[in-house]
Amino acid sequence: MDLLLGAVVLGVLLGCFYAAVSVGLSVAFGLLDVPHVAHPAFLVLASYGVFQLNESYDIDPLLAGLAITPLFFVFGLLAYRVYYETFERRGSDAAVRGIAFFFGIAFIIEVLIILQFGVDQRSVSATYIGKSWRFGEFRIPIRQLVAFAVALALTVLLAVYLSKTFMGRAIRAVAQDEEALRLMGANPVRIKQFAFGIATAVLGIAGALLIIVAPVEPTLDRAYIGRTFCVVVMAGLGSISGTLIAAIILGVAESIVLTLFGASWAPAISFAMLLGVLAVRPQGLLGR
Amino acid sequence: MNKRNHSIAFWAAVVVFLVAVLSMTQIVRNEYPFFAGYVILQFIALAVAWSILGGYAGYVNFGTNAFFGVGVYTAVALFKATGAPLAVQIAAAAVVGMTLGFGVGLLTLRMRGIFFSIATIALAIIIETFVMNWRFVGGAAGIQIQRPPVMAPFDSYVKMLFFVQAILVVIAIAIARYIQNSRIGRGLQALRDDELAAECTGVPTLKLKLIACMISGALISAAGAPAAMYLQYADPSSAFNLSYSVSALAMALIGGTAHWIGPVLGAILLGSTQQLLAVTISSEVNVLVLGIMLVLFVVGAPKGIIGLLRPRYRLRAGGKQ
Repeated sequence: MDLLLGAVVLGVLLGCFYAAVSVGLSVAFGLLDVPHVAHPAFLVLASYGVFQLNESYDIDPLLAGLAITPLFFVFGLLAYRVYYETFERRGSDAAVRGIAFFFGIAFIIEVLIILQFGVDQRSVSATYIGKSWRFGEFRIPIRQLVAFAVALALTVLLAVYLSKTFMGRAIRAVAQDEEALRLMGANPVRIKQFAFGIATAVLGIAGALLIIVAPVEPTLDRAYIGRTFCVVVMAGLGSISGTLIAAIILGVAESIVLTLFGASWAPAISFAMLLGVLAVRPQGLLGR
Repeated sequence: MNKRNHSIAFWAAVVVFLVAVLSMTQIVRNEYPFFAGYVILQFIALAVAWSILGGYAGYVNFGTNAFFGVGVYTAVALFKATGAPLAVQIAAAAVVGMTLGFGVGLLTLRMRGIFFSIATIALAIIIETFVMNWRFVGGAAGIQIQRPPVMAPFDSYVKMLFFVQAILVVIAIAIARYIQNSRIGRGLQALRDDELAAECTGVPTLKLKLIACMISGALISAAGAPAAMYLQYADPSSAFNLSYSVSALAMALIGGTAHWIGPVLGAILLGSTQQLLAVTISSEVNVLVLGIMLVLFVVGAPKGIIGLLRPRYRLRAGGKQ
C-alpha cells in the first residue's frame, strides 16, 4: 500500500513535468493546428543546448534553459514562417506534406545531435541533483521536486498569459476563428507566428527540466512523441488546464505500471492511453 | 485500346524482370550483389505499399515499422512453432498485417489525418513492447534463426530470398497499379483532394480508406516476413526500427505518389544511395541524407521526381497507365 502511495506521489510530480514538456505542443497543435511532430525533437535539442552550457560554463541548468529561451523563440518564428509559406498558404494536401515535413525535421535534428554529441547519455550537474528527501520508507529525489515546481509554474504562467493578456487572447481568438480576426483588421498569420514562437520558447525551460529529471540521449524524442501527443489529445486540443490534468493522469499511470509491472512495459503506457483516448473520446477530457 | 496496350507492356516488363532476376541468381556467383539487392527490393516493396494509403489517399502512415515488425515476428513465431515454409510465413504475415490494418484503420481513419499518423506511431511502440515481453520469440534479446536447406534451382538461401522479394515487389506494384486505375484509386484520389466533397458526392470514403489501409498493411507485412531469414536473426528494436517508416515515407514522397512508378524510382534511387553511404561513410549520415532529401522534396518538389520529369502530373493527379 505504501508502495502504491509512493508511486502515486511520484506520478503526480512526473505528471507536472509532462505538462511542462507538452504545453508548447498544446499551443502549436491544439490551438494553431500545426501537425508539429518535431516538437519532442526540439525539446531534446533544447536539452542538449542546456547540457552544452552547463558543461562548458558550469551554468545552472535552469538558468541555461532560460538563456536559450530567446533563441528558441526566434527558432520557432522561423520554423512557422517556413511552414506557413510552403504549406499553409498553398492549401491543398498541406496536412500530408506538413506532417512529412516535420517528421523529416525531427530526423535531421536527431542525426545532427548524434553527429555532434554521440549516442551516449548526457546529464547535467547542479547542487540539487543527486540528493533526495526521505519520508520514512520512500524518498523523493530533489531533482524531481525542482522539476515539479518549475513545471507547475511554467504551465500556470502560460495559462495565465493565454487567458489574461491581450496577445494571449489574440492567440486564442485566432484558433477559434481566423476569418473573423482578419475582418477585424488583424493579421492572423503574424499572431500565429508569434504563438508558435512562444510554444517553441517554452521548450527552452522544458528542455532544461528534461535533462534535470533524467539523462538524455539523441533518440529520446521518440518516447516523447507518445507522451506529448497523448497529453495534448487527452486534454482536449488547446486546453492548458486540461493539459495539466491529462499530464498528471499519464504520470500517475506510468508510475503505477512501473512499480507494479516493471520498466519493460512503461514505454507503451502513453501510447496505449493515446489510442484509448482516440478510440473512446477523441475530443479529449475537456474538449468542446 | 491504349489501356490494353499499356497492360500488355506492363506484364511483358514484369516477365522480363522476373526472368532477368532468376537468371541472375543462376549466373552470378558472388553473393554480395544479392545481399545488397535484397534490401533495395525490400524498400521498393515498402515504398509502393506505403503509397497505396499514404500517396493515393493522403493518410500518412508513420507505422511502416509496426507492420514490418509484425511481418517479421509472424514469420518467426510460425517458423519456430511449426517450421512452416517461407511461402506460408509470408502469406500468414500478409493476413496478420491486413487484420492489423483493419483494426487501426477502424480506430482512427474517421478522424483527421494527423490522428491516424500519431496512432500508427503508437501502434508500433505498443506492439514492440509486447514482443519485447514475449519469451517465445526471444523477448528483447532477440532470436537466432536456423535457415532450412535451400530449394532448387537456387544454390544459396540469399539468392532465393532475393528472388522471393522480387516476386513480392511485382505483387505490390501490380496491386498498386490495379488500384490506381480502378474505382478504388479514383475514390481515394477524390477523398485526398477533398474528403467532405467526396463524401457528399457519394464516395464511400471510410470503406475505401479501410481497404487501402488493409492492402497497404498486408503488403508491408509480407515484405517484412523474409527479413528474419535474411538476417538469420530477429530482435524487436531492429524489426520495429523507426527508420523503416522514414525510409518508406521518404522514398515514396521523393519519388512522387501520383503514379506507382514514383515510389519505385524513389526507392531505387535512395536505396542504392543508402547502400553506398552505409558502406562508405556511416549509417548516421545515411539517415541525415534521407531526412534532408525528404524535407527538400516536400518543400520544393511536392510531386516528387515524377512531377519534375513529367509536368503533366502537376495538373493531373492520376496517370492513365
